[in-house]
Amino acid sequence: MTTTVEPLTPRTRRGSELLLLLFAIAIVLLAWVTTDLNRNGTVPTNIVPVAGGFTVLVLAVHLVLRWKAAYADPVLLPITTVLNGLGLVMIHRLDLARGKLGSDGDAYRQLIWTTLAVVLAVTVLIALRDHRLLRRYTFVSMAAAFVLLLLPLVPGLGRSINGSQIWISIGPLNFQPGEFAKIALAIFFAGYLVQTRDVLSLAGKKILGFTFPRGRDLGPIVVAWALCVVVLVFQNDLGTSLLYFGLFVAMLYVATERVSWIIIGLLLFAAAVVFALTAFAHFHERVDLWLDPFSQQSLDRSNQLANGLWGMASGGLTGTGLGAGRPYLTPFAESDFIFPSLGEELGLFGSVAILVLYLVFCERGVRTALGARDGFGKLLAIGLAFSVAFQLFIVIGGVTRVIPLTGLTTPFMSLGGSSLLANWVIMALLLRISDQARRPMPEIPVGVAADDPSPAEVTQVVRLS
Amino acid sequence: MNTPIRRLSILIAALFTTLLVASTIVQFAQAKTLGAMASNKRSLLDSYARERGSIIVGGQAVAKSVPVQDQYRFLRTYPQNKLYAHLTGFYSYSVGAPYGLEHAADDLLSGDADQLFVRRVTDLITGRKTAGATVELTIDPKVQAAADQALGASKGAVVALDPKTGAILAMVSHPSYDPNPLASHDLTKAAKAWKTLSTDADKPYLNRAISGIYPPGSTFKVITAAAALEDGVVSDENSKVPGPAQLDLPLTTTNLPNEDGRACGPNNETTLIHALEISCNTTFGSLGLDLGGEKLRAQAAKFGFGDSLQIPMRVSTSSVPADLNAPQAAQAAIGQYDVRTTPLQMAMVAAGIGNKGSVMTPYLIQSVRSANLDIIQSAPDPVELSQAVSEQTASILTKMMVSVVDNGSGARARIAGVDVAGKTGTAQHDPGKPPHAWFISFAPAVDPKVAVAVVVEDGGVTGSEIGGGRVAAPIARAVMQAVLGR
Repeated sequence: MTTTVEPLTPRTRRGSELLLLLFAIAIVLLAWVTTDLNRNGTVPTNIVPVAGGFTVLVLAVHLVLRWKAAYADPVLLPITTVLNGLGLVMIHRLDLARGKLGSDGDAYRQLIWTTLAVVLAVTVLIALRDHRLLRRYTFVSMAAAFVLLLLPLVPGLGRSINGSQIWISIGPLNFQPGEFAKIALAIFFAGYLVQTRDVLSLAGKKILGFTFPRGRDLGPIVVAWALCVVVLVFQNDLGTSLLYFGLFVAMLYVATERVSWIIIGLLLFAAAVVFALTAFAHFHERVDLWLDPFSQQSLDRSNQLANGLWGMASGGLTGTGLGAGRPYLTPFAESDFIFPSLGEELGLFGSVAILVLYLVFCERGVRTALGARDGFGKLLAIGLAFSVAFQLFIVIGGVTRVIPLTGLTTPFMSLGGSSLLANWVIMALLLRISDQARRPMPEIPVGVAADDPSPAEVTQVVRLS
Repeated sequence: MNTPIRRLSILIAALFTTLLVASTIVQFAQAKTLGAMASNKRSLLDSYARERGSIIVGGQAVAKSVPVQDQYRFLRTYPQNKLYAHLTGFYSYSVGAPYGLEHAADDLLSGDADQLFVRRVTDLITGRKTAGATVELTIDPKVQAAADQALGASKGAVVALDPKTGAILAMVSHPSYDPNPLASHDLTKAAKAWKTLSTDADKPYLNRAISGIYPPGSTFKVITAAAALEDGVVSDENSKVPGPAQLDLPLTTTNLPNEDGRACGPNNETTLIHALEISCNTTFGSLGLDLGGEKLRAQAAKFGFGDSLQIPMRVSTSSVPADLNAPQAAQAAIGQYDVRTTPLQMAMVAAGIGNKGSVMTPYLIQSVRSANLDIIQSAPDPVELSQAVSEQTASILTKMMVSVVDNGSGARARIAGVDVAGKTGTAQHDPGKPPHAWFISFAPAVDPKVAVAVVVEDGGVTGSEIGGGRVAAPIARAVMQAVLGR
């Protein structure tokens, strides 16, 4: 490791971002036009206003970044744009197959949600000039997370859709508060762990080469675990429960650098899963469907997983082409199964491209965490990045039969307002932290050393980017 | 905190790697398996959307896809209705394609065959719609029509082969069915047609020529004679052989009688040729005792018994049971006791004798052409399945079989001006029912152009050897006449 002597003046890379953004918009428009040409043989009539609006929307975020977060990561926004755009195209494509046109279409609603999500992201970027301000709201976040999580269980407000009690209804709007709970939890964990990490990482007994924490320090992980079990049991939602718990264990590990937390976490979760499997037929059924989705018995129960797999298989390497496949044969093709839908029409090449985009998104989050100069920022950034990665693993692993299928949304792509809003906020938070991470230090980094044990590493990362 | 963050980033990379591998498995490694699953509606709709290749007989399509204005885009039609039903099978949205060439040559007809790979790639590049290949059959429409007409309302099957190549000239199975309603896009109509077809006690969907398993009865005596000649038990057609009214079977109290209860010649003796002419049970039973089960079985195997053939439809395996004891061997020698055969197999026996002892592998596909009529697979070179008997044995057998037609039970197969070689058979299968009537033949006796096997279910008369001669021989004659143009 070398310590740089000459002062670095990192470039903002906003120019690169603009180029990537234009490229991203071009990809989305090409996808849209291809879809309509394949379906109807015509270019969409509303292409000018809609494409114009979409372009203005993402360019607005770009301008806000130039103004408010000039050093923010230049790749996150273009990737989000492509993913959100491709999701819209696929939802529109499914609308066409089902004859839901214009304002009846899901794509129309999703476009409105996209607009709202962008507005929310911009609001976050403008209002939150420094992510460290969030640390003040550690326990407010905790309370918010608890409320959001438990809201669907409130009688009259909560609704059960497709067997999972994770929705609330306010008037005509259905909402999944769990998506926001994810962010609130990440903020709370980051704030809490940055305070307690010394205690959690230093005290303890050594057993079998691992340092295990003291009994009284186990409190928080037990509480988190209990919360997840509540979600699991009362909301019937294995995916969300797994996501929260994974997020917590990962952040705990980053904060304490102790593998023993991971072991404890895995054991606790395994216990919960074993309990759920024995106690609830619902989970057992999912495992059966996972093990053999193609038997007649399974198909009679649910042909969703089988149809998704057949869809992906029919796409093969190059895909059927947008608009030329049959993703509409799969139930929930526009939400949980949007990845197989895209895989069918874009082929393995398309699936890989989408996964790589997500991977780059998450690795930019990791890089932001590495570069952040404060512990809270590091924890929050890695937490958010990991939550996106883990959520993808749970949902895409579910549809590709790596793990049993549990309902979760595909970030930025799935139909659904709450998911879009929440994920755009995650992106805004990552942009905000990355801006702090990459911004040249106003003076010789004395203050940073107090917060972070390895300033040299930080300097190196700054130079790399 | 950077070390655990880096470690976690490795975990993230591992999670994504898992997803990439899983996608590759689904969309590449297992794509074909998943696509081939019967309940996969996508593949079914795909195959409908593609123009399926035609099946051609004598320049005319007997199965073709006609463009229509509905979601399936092409309607499979069978212009000849019942006549080719067992060869084509049917292609149904609700039932699939379980039978015939629609099943067995599906990868050619659908365009998925490996031979069509280059074409699919050029289609992909040029944007041309991929279409299936056209399959041209070896069937001669005149012979097919003659066989169908001759079999008439009887249940049974007719197979005609070119003895020199193994090309199948006609293949008829009765009762038949019309494949058109099954291929209908009106799914209720198709389902109703399938229900009617699949529940019919006569099993019209069964191609009796290759899937019907019958006791061969006296036609099997040709094989017994072949074994005896090859083994040297007898030297030629004039060799003296025993022919009592009853053959005492060792190990049992029962005897093997002649149908008419009389001896086949003076002094309970006769010649081999006469024994075949009158289909003498005791003669062949006694040859069976002399040869033993294994030699009979080995001779039958040389004619193709025990082989699993694909023409490309799967042919049921004909069989002579293993480990026969002496009385069982005597029974097997006259085509009873669990000897089972398909009509195609018996046609191969006749063809093999006619072709100087060489049995040719039967085949149905003459050529395969791509949608724009380029030949993808031209007429196959005839393939010998086996040399079943020596040329000399074949010529002795031919002499004897000609005599069966000229002087014996096969008189109704005579064709003026042509030497016809044949053998009748009457096979008991169920004590309460009339026996099956058989006839196998080839003509002309020297340098034959056609070999035929005919089976008429329940077509015989119990206790009489004349069933095969009276019912089945005229059918064989009509088929041979159609080939020879007389």
